[in-house]
Amino acid sequence: MAAEDLPSQFDVVILGTGLTESVIAAACSRVGQSVLHLDRRNYYAGNWASFTFNGLLSWIEQYKNQQEVPITELEQVWRSLIDEGEDAVPLSALDSSISNLEVFCYASEEEEKEEEMKTPLSSFQPVNAETVSEEANGDSTEAHDTVTGDDTTASDAKTPNEEHEVSEPKEDQHTSDISEPSQSQEEKESQLSSSPADPTVEVQKKITYQKLVKEGRRFNIDLVSKLMYSRGALVDLLIKSNVSRYAEFKNIGRILTYRNGKVEQVPCSRADVFASKQLTVVEKRMLMKFLTFCLDFEQHPEEYQDYTEKPFREFLKNKKLTENLQHFILHSIAMVTQHTLTEEGLKATQHFLRCLGRYGNTPFLFPLYGLGEIPQCFCRMCAVFGGIYCLRHSVECLVVDKVSNKVKAVIDTRGQRISCSHFVVEDSYIRDEQRQSTAYRQISRAVLITDRSVLPSESDQQISMVTIPPLESSAPAVRMVELCSSSMTCMPGTYLVHLTCSSSGKAQEDLAPVISQLFHVSTIPGEEPSEGAEERSKPAVLWVMYFNMRDTSALDSSSYSLPSNVHVCTGPDDSLCSDYSIKLAESVFHHILPDEEFCPPAPNPEDIIYDGDGPQAKGPGFDESTNTEADKSLAEEEGATHEKSPSTENSEPAEMDSVTQQAPLDMTPASEE
Amino acid sequence: MHGRVKIKSTAQQEEEKRKEKEKKLKAFVSARDAVLKKRSAGEHDEEALQLTRQLLSSNPDFATLWNYRREVLLHLETLREKDEVQKLYESELHFIEACLKVNPKSYGCWHHRTWVNTRLPQPDWTRELGLCDRCLSLDERNFHCWDYRRVVVKASGVSVEQELQFTDRLIGSNFSNYSSWHYRSTLLPQLHPQPFHSHRVCEEQLLKEYELSHNAFFTDPNDQSAWFYYRWLLGRGVCVCVCLELLCICEDTSAHPMLCVCVCVYVCVCVCVCNLDDLHVCVCICGRSELSVEKSSVLQAELQSCNQLLELEPQNKWCLLTIILLMRALDPLGHEKETLAHFQTLKEVDPMRSTYYSDLCSKFLIENTILKMEYAEVRVFSLSNKNLTTLCHLDQLLFVTHINLSSNQLLRLPPHFAMLQCLEVLEADDNAIENLEGLYHLPKLEEVSLRNNQICKLSDLESLASCTKLTRLDLRGNPVHRTAHIESELSQLLPRVTALSL
Repeated sequence: MAAEDLPSQFDVVILGTGLTESVIAAACSRVGQSVLHLDRRNYYAGNWASFTFNGLLSWIEQYKNQQEVPITELEQVWRSLIDEGEDAVPLSALDSSISNLEVFCYASEEEEKEEEMKTPLSSFQPVNAETVSEEANGDSTEAHDTVTGDDTTASDAKTPNEEHEVSEPKEDQHTSDISEPSQSQEEKESQLSSSPADPTVEVQKKITYQKLVKEGRRFNIDLVSKLMYSRGALVDLLIKSNVSRYAEFKNIGRILTYRNGKVEQVPCSRADVFASKQLTVVEKRMLMKFLTFCLDFEQHPEEYQDYTEKPFREFLKNKKLTENLQHFILHSIAMVTQHTLTEEGLKATQHFLRCLGRYGNTPFLFPLYGLGEIPQCFCRMCAVFGGIYCLRHSVECLVVDKVSNKVKAVIDTRGQRISCSHFVVEDSYIRDEQRQSTAYRQISRAVLITDRSVLPSESDQQISMVTIPPLESSAPAVRMVELCSSSMTCMPGTYLVHLTCSSSGKAQEDLAPVISQLFHVSTIPGEEPSEGAEERSKPAVLWVMYFNMRDTSALDSSSYSLPSNVHVCTGPDDSLCSDYSIKLAESVFHHILPDEEFCPPAPNPEDIIYDGDGPQAKGPGFDESTNTEADKSLAEEEGATHEKSPSTENSEPAEMDSVTQQAPLDMTPASEE
Repeated sequence: MHGRVKIKSTAQQEEEKRKEKEKKLKAFVSARDAVLKKRSAGEHDEEALQLTRQLLSSNPDFATLWNYRREVLLHLETLREKDEVQKLYESELHFIEACLKVNPKSYGCWHHRTWVNTRLPQPDWTRELGLCDRCLSLDERNFHCWDYRRVVVKASGVSVEQELQFTDRLIGSNFSNYSSWHYRSTLLPQLHPQPFHSHRVCEEQLLKEYELSHNAFFTDPNDQSAWFYYRWLLGRGVCVCVCLELLCICEDTSAHPMLCVCVCVYVCVCVCVCNLDDLHVCVCICGRSELSVEKSSVLQAELQSCNQLLELEPQNKWCLLTIILLMRALDPLGHEKETLAHFQTLKEVDPMRSTYYSDLCSKFLIENTILKMEYAEVRVFSLSNKNLTTLCHLDQLLFVTHINLSSNQLLRLPPHFAMLQCLEVLEADDNAIENLEGLYHLPKLEEVSLRNNQICKLSDLESLASCTKLTRLDLRGNPVHRTAHIESELSQLLPRVTALSL
């Protein structure tokens, strides 16, 4: 489909498909606004994206080549579209939000032929990828929809077909041309080696680089590493809006911390405290007592009043908690710094505790297939309600009315002028000329593929959140998330580890010391870690990538000189949760549509009236007020269903709705023709 | 507004729902009638299975239909080959699973499942265990499932060790689960039997169990399931031997009829108490059967742990109560003062049960007095000024001739007071007694003092007429003196009383 097919008028044009922009798109589209949603990249979610291993390698290539991309000379074309009384504000064609990217490979690069020879028995058990994913997913059927990076309008969201889905590469362009038989054999091997049934068998097989590439489509590597607080803004929004039906989630199984050179489990729930072997009974009581107090600390101001101006750390000391407990509470439960004040520390602890037990024994959820799913879910919601999607399609410049100083239209990279009443844009598209300052904070990131967990336990299929307090007093605290293969983010037999901290320098400088404490890193890249050596008690790093990501979360509208109907969305922040981005989306939405509800529940498919659906469809009286009422009753129903879920294991927001998705997908908007 | 999705209104939805409901109801009723008709006609065919299936899958609590289904299955069984029967019952199991999803607590379903397994030529117990585990992971308190699981475990011979691990797992995921703790208490004696004492648990295991319960009640001292289990643990090891000992005494003393009665009564009390609460037995008898050195050092250690918890949680009632019981077991006289203080705290922190605590405290004080008396063989027994609210262990006071119950909070002299057949003098001044049922047929009773009590009516005194030797009666300070013609009425009722104070 050619770009000329785009309508020339929209209510809202949104540029960038990161979380904030996607939520705004869904919210606008849901209340009936016509939305055009663009991204210059060939994938969804911008800096929130997740990639297959091969996809990530291409992304790295793109990053390296980006510097050389010549600035396009389309200017002549769009200059001619600007009328008198109008100004043109050009946007940036370069994305400079990623920097200091470095990649090291420690997995052996040798050919794998002999390995395959050694395992002839694998041929008689036809285990395939589908079974693996089915086991991991339970029986949930909600869609994990991959909208491929196509240049056309993507509102034709596909009917979800999970089995088909999983066995297909996430992005077509990265499909490696591997002959079928060898492929399936590989799968079997990896399955055998990761089978939880016989954990005693040493991880026998070396994982080569070639294997990582071959199995690359099993990876979903996030650029941003965040978890979802089970009572955080994102989970609430997913439930409220019914967007949760487009995704599946897994509980974070345990919270770990690095202390005195060892990785330990943090007892945070009642069951953890009961089972903990490292705490004495008296410590157990003290910890439980303190946590119970934190749950409603506002009711007991006398307990902390003298400490409101003092750090939380001192308050903990004063409470006569043992060293052990102070560490757990400060670093792993409240997750605050040495300097955080008491009240903030108490609030953080309280939030953590309130999130416990809703879906499991830790406060966190993680979306299967990676965090990059979440923006896509919102995009899908937007598309279901008529939003139009174009990837590899950007905006060249904004057309600003000189009198009102408002954006009237945009001119896209195809030279089409599209008028709109609001323009939402991701920060990285803004040129430096429109900024008040170009000094940014940075986030340091490292992504590792390792061969085992930092703390092996009975189950090798747990997601672990690891808090690593500053190794030196000047260094930042590092947050680490270790994902297992059942989170559908890495191949069986490996773990995908994300490290995040606020930068004090280059990502590698910030994070390499931590990595060398917790992992075995061979001195010569590509060399096998020597078996049996003492070092092998630590997981080996097979592959690592470092990069810095710009953290623009401190900026607000006063940081830009732009028309008032241009809304800039800052990128991901360095916190553990996405609350900041969700709140930002909500406030932008209310700027655009002050009188509309933010993401009301999407109706159930059976409650939607289709054109030609009998006489009722055309009858009068289906005005807004009745609609909102219906929405409310839906919301109540939702609440009722939802309350049940905490009691069931692994309950996910996605479970709330078992209705098939066919219906809303059928009502593809007419705009497509 | 353009672009909006049209949604059905609430009224429309409700109307649709109502119609749907009506349709369903109609279908259900007609199917039900058809089935019942078939049953009365004695038809046992596939169609009956089909029809009951439809009905039960929407309402699994219809017991008659399950019965009918069993009749049909039994009939079909006789017509088929063995492997066909296997298939028939296997499909039945699948069907029940579907029904359990409708109502996981349906009596009919679980019962039917048990029955099907008894008919199944080759039952697959592993699968059944898996089903139970799944159900219990969804709702750990589904007692239907617990019951069914016991049947499965018994039939399939799962080892006691495995079952103990199963309780470990359940307790680990949530220790507020009394079913699991209780199950543990039935498994442990089987797993670690001690020679000669089938209900006891070996010491080593006992220590591990103590630790497990410590972990639970230090984590959450307000959770009662672990405390109950802990009390059960503490009771292990004393009670049975004591009862046996007493029975021996009983046999030896056959020459002495009176004493024999006394001991027999005592044993009865023991045995029945022992079933209810082992610790009580250990408490009421510990003066007689000395604790072994090991046992008492273990209990001493447990007392220390509980005291440690009490320091952190001075208001915790479970902790207080357990400490009291431990102190009783170790040294009831030595700890009397502390015990009383703890009872006082208990009444304050748990006012709802203050009467229960008072009664328990009375019981312990009477026991202590009896203990002291034993060393001094006295026939004069004083329980005055102890805040007693109830009387017990009277069976141990059969030879007492003079009893002083003054200055307590007694409300009545209960019927079993009549046990004190040797009693000559009763002092019960300054109580709140309104009822004298127990003063009945006491052949030796000569003197009764009931000053400052709550005796209101003449009829309350009627039982005294059966005490033929009663000559002195003090009723000063009772509401009864306001009754008209009280003196003449009394002299008529109790003609032998010569010294009456009103």
